[in-house]
Parts: sequence; C-alpha cells; structure tokens
Amino acid sequence: MKRGLILWLPLALILILFAVFWVGLHRQENHDIASQMVGKALPEFTTPAALPGLPGASTALFRDGRPRLLNIFASWCVPCVAEVPVLMRLKGMGVEVVGIAVHDTTPALDQFLTRNGNPYARIGSDDQSRIQLALGSSGVPETFVIDGQGRIVKQHIGVVGEGDIPELLALLGKQP
Amino acid sequence: MRAPAALLGALLIAAPAIAQNVAAPDYAEVSLSDPAKEKQALALMDSIRCVVCQGQPVSGSNADLAGDMRRVIRERIEAGESPEQVRAWLVSKYGDWVSFKPPLEARTAPLWLVPLLALMAGLWLLVRRLKWDRLKGTRG
Repeated sequence: MKRGLILWLPLALILILFAVFWVGLHRQENHDIASQMVGKALPEFTTPAALPGLPGASTALFRDGRPRLLNIFASWCVPCVAEVPVLMRLKGMGVEVVGIAVHDTTPALDQFLTRNGNPYARIGSDDQSRIQLALGSSGVPETFVIDGQGRIVKQHIGVVGEGDIPELLALLGKQP
Repeated sequence: MRAPAALLGALLIAAPAIAQNVAAPDYAEVSLSDPAKEKQALALMDSIRCVVCQGQPVSGSNADLAGDMRRVIRERIEAGESPEQVRAWLVSKYGDWVSFKPPLEARTAPLWLVPLLALMAGLWLLVRRLKWDRLKGTRG
C-alpha cells in the first residue's frame, strides 16, 4: 500500500508543477516598474522648450533650493488629461510643476494645454525618451518629487489624484 | 551616348556630397555599421524587457519607448561599452526586472538549484532501480 503511494508521487509532483506554470502564465502581470533613481541625484539633462511661450528645463534648475514636481506627460496620453486639474490645484498652492513632454509636437501640446489648462511653469521636450530612460521612468504619466538640492525624493507612477495632494505637499515641504 | 555618360560622371562626383547630407542614422531601427557590434547589440536587445509592453523584449516591440531603448543600446555599444555594461546601466535605472537574465543571488538561487536537485534525485532513483533489478535478477 505504501509502495503504491510512492509510485504515484512523481506524477503528483509533475501535476503540481504544471499547475504552477499554468497559473503563472495566465496571471495578469502588469506591475509597476519602480525607478531605481529614487534617493539619487537627478540625472544631468538639458532639454529644449517644447513650446515657444514656455522655457525648457535642465538639471541645474532643480538645485536652486526650491523643491519641484517633475511631471512626465504627453498630449497623446489619455490618462494625463485626468491629472491636469490636480496639478492646477498644486500650482495654485504655490508648487512649481516642470513638464517633460515625451514624443510630442508643438501643435498637439498647444491644443492639449488650451483644452485642459496649463499647470506647467516650464515644459521640456523629450523626443527620444532620453530623460525618461535616465529617470528610470517607464510610462506616462509619472511624477517625480525633486528636492531643492536636485535629489529625487519620490516617484509617483500613474495619474496624480486629489488624494495624493497631502503627501506631495509634505514631500515638497509645504503646508496643506 | 555622351549625355548619359556625362550625367553618370556628375552623379559619381556628387555622390559623396549627397551621402554627407544624409542625417545621422537613427539607431532605433538602423543597424550599426560594424557587424560584430550589431550582433552584440541585437543579443542584448533580446534579453532586455520593454518597460511598457512588459512581456516582450525591446527587440520585438513596436512601442516608441522600446525603439528609444534600442537606440540607446546601439549608441552605447557603438561608443565602446560592453553589452554587460549597458545591461548594468539599464538595471541601475529600472532594477533587475528590465533584464531577462536574472542575477545569481539568494533570492534567485532556486532557478539554478532546483534543476540540479531534480537531476540528482532522478539519478538516485535510477541507480536504486537498477540495483533492485540486479538483486531480483540474481535471485530469480
């Protein structure tokens, strides 16, 4: 009797293994990829202005003692529209939001800002995602909190919502 | 006859000038001129995960960001970096997850140990079985 059970053991193990594979293959896996740059200095970059009316951005700007938000977005990015009102509120509270527009064009950006409002003090263009790659950012929208010394304090992946305001303000050293 | 020859001559003279006016290649889609380096770059692209289309390597994705990653990989290899240096740079940005080649550490050790243990268990079972058969043979 005991011997019979042992003979079935390899088959049982194989079935368990296949069950694990099956679950692993069918699980909806699309998890956020956290940037390894959080806690480190903002990588060196200088980017031209994406729009004629607003200046571009560079790393040097972030070292002037004033904490800022660095928002990676694009006019073609549908969820980005949803966070504009929240960024506008933050702007109203005295937060400077620097935009990095990924794979964008001046007319499309212009239209985006006219339609949704403009929370940005500056917008730099990142046509080849070089800044995005240097930041370890894997999509749009993403928002980085940069302290006054040019260090990355936090990466917020996805749309910034109303509920994120208190935490962002705290990290930016502002009273709500 | 003479006119086409003159035209051809003019073209031959003009060719280098035309070539110089062509913009620098966009390495997102264009191969490196050195075949050995291109081979290294392609091998690396096969083992780097596209961060927007997570199940695919950057070599097989149409996403803009995958093209941008291919461009950076080719540029860095063209500039003389080794594929593993480029991989390390990407890992320093996105973590181990960006690489399809997991590093050997305590957390990932089972990936190497389990097949080894399974092989040893199989050999042990085989040896035991053979010995058992021989014993039975001598008896019968």
